[in-house]
Amino acid sequence: MHDKTLAELAKGLAAKDFSSVELTRHFLDRIRRFDGGLNSFITVTEDQALAQAVAADARRAAGTAGVLTGVPMAQKDIFCTAGVRTSCGSKMLDNFISPYNAHVVEQCNTAGLVMLGKTNMDEFAMGSSNETSFYGPVKNPWDTAKVPGGSSGGSAAAVAARLAPAATGTDTGGSIRQPAALCNLTGLKPTYGRVSRWGMIAFASSLDQAGPMTQTAEDAALLLNVMAGYDAKDSTCIDHPVPDYTASLNDSLAGLRVGLPRQFFGAGLDAGVAAAVEAAVAELQKLGATVVEIDLPTSDLSVAAYYVIAPAECSSNLSRFDGVRFGYRCENPKDLTDLYKRSRSEGFGEEVKRRILIGTYALSAGYYDAYYVQAQKVRRLIKNDFARAFEQCDIIAGPTSPCLAFGIGEKKADPLAMYLSDVYTIATNLAGLPGMSLPAGFHQKLPVGLQLIGNYWSEAKLLNVAHRYQQVTDWHRQMPGAFA
Amino acid sequence: MALRPEEVAKVANLARLQLSSAEETQFTDKLNVILGMIDELAKADTSAIAPMAHPLDAVQPLRADAVTESNQREAYQAIAPAVEAGLYLVPKVIE
Repeated sequence: MHDKTLAELAKGLAAKDFSSVELTRHFLDRIRRFDGGLNSFITVTEDQALAQAVAADARRAAGTAGVLTGVPMAQKDIFCTAGVRTSCGSKMLDNFISPYNAHVVEQCNTAGLVMLGKTNMDEFAMGSSNETSFYGPVKNPWDTAKVPGGSSGGSAAAVAARLAPAATGTDTGGSIRQPAALCNLTGLKPTYGRVSRWGMIAFASSLDQAGPMTQTAEDAALLLNVMAGYDAKDSTCIDHPVPDYTASLNDSLAGLRVGLPRQFFGAGLDAGVAAAVEAAVAELQKLGATVVEIDLPTSDLSVAAYYVIAPAECSSNLSRFDGVRFGYRCENPKDLTDLYKRSRSEGFGEEVKRRILIGTYALSAGYYDAYYVQAQKVRRLIKNDFARAFEQCDIIAGPTSPCLAFGIGEKKADPLAMYLSDVYTIATNLAGLPGMSLPAGFHQKLPVGLQLIGNYWSEAKLLNVAHRYQQVTDWHRQMPGAFA
Repeated sequence: MALRPEEVAKVANLARLQLSSAEETQFTDKLNVILGMIDELAKADTSAIAPMAHPLDAVQPLRADAVTESNQREAYQAIAPAVEAGLYLVPKVIE
């Protein structure tokens, strides 16, 4: 059953080929059997999952089931889950039992999805390799000596190894797309404001966005149908109509104009990745698309702008972790300042502290204009670049990651090398645009991701292009042999 | 312009982080590498550009000034490190 997509599992449940309880047990068994070697879950919620599965089967028997009722999935451990530990990959929240559900979790519960557990991630979503997690690194199912990417590395590894048929992720600078690329998945970061951030632990609030991580574009459409929509509890969530994302999956690509940014194919791009991406673009041409070269001239400053804006917002957001109201508190504080300082210093890992320090510095007196204001201006230049590009093309295509999955430990001591993992994904977050990654082949037996970027609210178009591509390729159906 | 360990110590204090002197040195070295990369931002001509606060230029929506939340103090304090009589406990602040 684990070799099936969400869409196939939904059909199987509807046809009563198997029950939700059987399906849930099957995936829980797989987690028990395989996750010791992958570390993709922080918490497995076996009892709750089986209770949800029983309820889903009852709904189906009563004729009130939705499309995905009874289908298992996993939640990234950044989404608050009532009564279940929500750690965000940090010692700071190792003891945090959320009193409420994130909006995304509520939406999944309402749809009748069964939560298998909470997936591993870089601490507070700060990382591109899943090595900053308090719970240890996640292994890439395609080669367990390699990283799965990050920060949604646990979600990516779990779905790649088919320990869950789909999972949620969040993407602040590439944290859905880069692990999707490194693990051979389809991952979509929607337009900023498409999915509610309520109950999604904040890293950089002007960039964070949740999205689906799945085997196929069709599955991503099904899961986005559940996740997307207006929520008044998130003041940045936008009240924009939600289409049925599955409705346009089969639309023709004839006449589609695909823009290839010159800046995404230059120095620093692995030749094997480039070749796979070029072959994928050629497939799009066979499907009727035309290709045009475009320029995103400010994109070479996107990493610099990001590493001012994201740390600035994180230093503010993470000030709430003070050892007073919830989360980790140090032993025997001698006074209130000591309580704050030691709780934070003992509760946060090195990368989180580094970003808090950068952000605090960038926002401090005398540096605010040179760093933060300048970064916000560059951010507008990046947005303007995309606006000009979308006069010439309908979607943008390029690599998701400049490199293949790299070795565990290989970049851990070099933050700058790690930050450059997201060189092609960050600009999308800065501009607030939707982007996705889909399987586009292999090089040296490791997956390569094709990135597609669309204009605001063009998720349906991105999914349509990805689906048509997946109709004529089978990269997305490849599974890592050790987990068959 | 490179950061010195004393400046990192000052920033750490602002951020309520406590660093050992060895950590101050380590963080200083890595922060300087990152700040060197960030300094590239100065190359961009932004003289006629307004800072961007929101990708879709959205403004904060306002809601009616009405009570919408119920009191859930007990649920919220159940996960606090130390509480007493509905109050969060911290080390003595006033002598």
